[in-house]
Amino acid sequence: MTLTTAVPTSATDPFGDDVLADPLPFHHELREAGQVVHLERYDVYAMGRYAEVHAALVDWQRFQSGAGVGLSNFRREKPWRPPSLLLETDPPGHDAPRHVLEPILAPRSLRRLRESWQQTADDLVDSLLDRGTIDAVADLAEAYPLRVFPDAVGLGPDGREHLLPYGDHAFNAFGPPNHLVEKGQAGLPEVSGWVGEQCARDRLTPDGFGARIWEAADRGDITHDQAPLIVRSLLTAGVDTTVHALAAVIDGFLSAPDQWELLRRDPGRARVAFDEAIRWASPVQTFFRTATVDVPLGDAVIPAGEKILMFLGSANRDPRRWTDPDRFDLSRDPSGHVGFGMGLHQCVGQHVARLEAECVLRALASRVRAIEPAGESRRHLNNTLRAWASLPVRLVPA
Amino acid sequence: MLSGMSITSDASPRQVAPAAPSSGGKVGLRVTRVETLAEGVRGLTLSAADDGRLPDWTPGSHVDLTFDNGLTRQYSLCGDRWDPHTYRVAVLREPAGRGGSAYVHDELAEGDRVELAGPRNNFALAPADHYLFIAGGIGITPLLPMMEQAAMLDIPWTLLYGGRHRASMAFLDQLARWGDRVLVRPQDEYGLLDLSVIGDQPAGTKVYCCGPEPLLDAVRVAAAGLPAGHLRTERFVAGAIPPPVRSTSFEVELARSGVTVTVEPGSSVLDAVAGAGVPILASCRQGICGTCETGVIDGTPDHRDSLLDDEDRRRGDCFYPCVSRAACDLLVLDA
Repeated sequence: MTLTTAVPTSATDPFGDDVLADPLPFHHELREAGQVVHLERYDVYAMGRYAEVHAALVDWQRFQSGAGVGLSNFRREKPWRPPSLLLETDPPGHDAPRHVLEPILAPRSLRRLRESWQQTADDLVDSLLDRGTIDAVADLAEAYPLRVFPDAVGLGPDGREHLLPYGDHAFNAFGPPNHLVEKGQAGLPEVSGWVGEQCARDRLTPDGFGARIWEAADRGDITHDQAPLIVRSLLTAGVDTTVHALAAVIDGFLSAPDQWELLRRDPGRARVAFDEAIRWASPVQTFFRTATVDVPLGDAVIPAGEKILMFLGSANRDPRRWTDPDRFDLSRDPSGHVGFGMGLHQCVGQHVARLEAECVLRALASRVRAIEPAGESRRHLNNTLRAWASLPVRLVPA
Repeated sequence: MLSGMSITSDASPRQVAPAAPSSGGKVGLRVTRVETLAEGVRGLTLSAADDGRLPDWTPGSHVDLTFDNGLTRQYSLCGDRWDPHTYRVAVLREPAGRGGSAYVHDELAEGDRVELAGPRNNFALAPADHYLFIAGGIGITPLLPMMEQAAMLDIPWTLLYGGRHRASMAFLDQLARWGDRVLVRPQDEYGLLDLSVIGDQPAGTKVYCCGPEPLLDAVRVAAAGLPAGHLRTERFVAGAIPPPVRSTSFEVELARSGVTVTVEPGSSVLDAVAGAGVPILASCRQGICGTCETGVIDGTPDHRDSLLDDEDRRRGDCFYPCVSRAACDLLVLDA
């Protein structure tokens, strides 16, 4: 039997500068058009509603990651780097790396870091208060993760300036080969070479996440060939994402100063505030999957082998799921947002990001009475990340 | 710009299901099939009571099943993880057991409800150049999905499968397709398993063994020369019997907020606590992601998650309120 069904189409380029700078109108269009939309420009499918995005994210059997989670289809094209053993691998290959990394980054394993990370956050905020007016991106959202995360992984002191450009390029490379990808190509050999070298056992300190990954190889839980690629995942996905999420939470408070008052009164809401910012801003906006079989969706069918672009940012503001979704609201329960993904491939470092954010927000909440805009903010464009280049703010001491 | 467009397809598989709303904190299962797999071995096929996806699992995983009579038992998953709607387990009748297997064999029927905790995996399949699987009796169950996956990964493997006699050994028909990779060695025909095969394996072989304790002991001796991490074993008799599952309500005291709430049988701790105005951040609601990890100050949790290993559970200092409950009247939480 042959079914003829209609699927809405869109000619918009979701990776065009205008959409990247402000994706919200396009997300609205996408959600209203239907459960699934065909994007003519790239001949791929798209999902923008929460229920469908959530269902596809958990359905690894029919929506695979192994053909790449960017536009490039690894069934037909050679990846720009050896694929990630986590993000771009399906079961069964995905099992052992995930099984090894999960406990290393679990909340109960991070408890030992809390005290020193809080101290670092307190010190950083103290020094920023001395200056009064700062750029919340460079001075806070970038500065804090770069102080704590590379140490936690066990990186040496030199070359850490390559981390942000590497992550930025990796997330651009999930999109089409546009000017954002070209921009990263020039410095790539050096940056990529440095990242590769840092994954080696003798470059890593004996007490970090990286060393624990190598110990898992010694126990035979993964191979020694896999260990450096798993370390690489930390360096690719662990920095830029957290930076942009921290900037997003500051932006959230700028958009709703009453919510800052709320956090000041009840700093216990710091964790909710961060996840609400992840929902509201979705620092990781999109990921692709590939259909392993013909997948029916409403009146449409996504044919086997085709790519589907999942708009996490759109799902996280779907009014079908969230009340008053455009509001940054600490009274809401943001649980269940898909900003970290969902299912088998859900961000394995999410607890690290949450701990970093909680330390920063607690440091700010006890010291800063108000966060006020102090100049024009500027977007940073990336094919996958929703980011700020600059957020000038004034920190008013408590 | 959005407009209608036509595509054609002749496929009609399942629809994408909408996202599941939060359950009552328990995954209820329904027995959809009971069958005899071998002499003294019953196979159970289980689905989610709401027909939704079941929590993901990996080869070597086990689940805790709680039956209507209040008994909880652990069983290895032996089905196909590419079918997200079905779990399969196989249960050996143990005359000397404490009633779990007798209940499954004599009373459990298709359509019955069973409660789930887990899955958890203490017996994960690690990468290797070659596998030697050694099964004693019902210990074949966790190894079945491992063989499938080793085959998918093109990693050569051998199975040495012992049992009292042929009729008592489950899955022989299913194993027949693997040909001479499978060595079926019933004791009444061959005597005790010849473990000298361990020494004959190529370098880089990992040995996975599941069966009764005497077999594991013998394998440990025979495998003494293997490098660290190359022998992995699991007993099929649960070492510790978990506390009885409460079917009644319990209290949760939130030490930092000073709030005490009653958790009814149909509600999760997470939902009960949120209802009292103290939301705990959560994400997967299946005991998988770890987001809602909450400190336990006093009381005994009834752990239902997929995250904590036995040592973490013995420590008892944290739990996951999205699925886990209390095994006592009052649980005091750091929240």
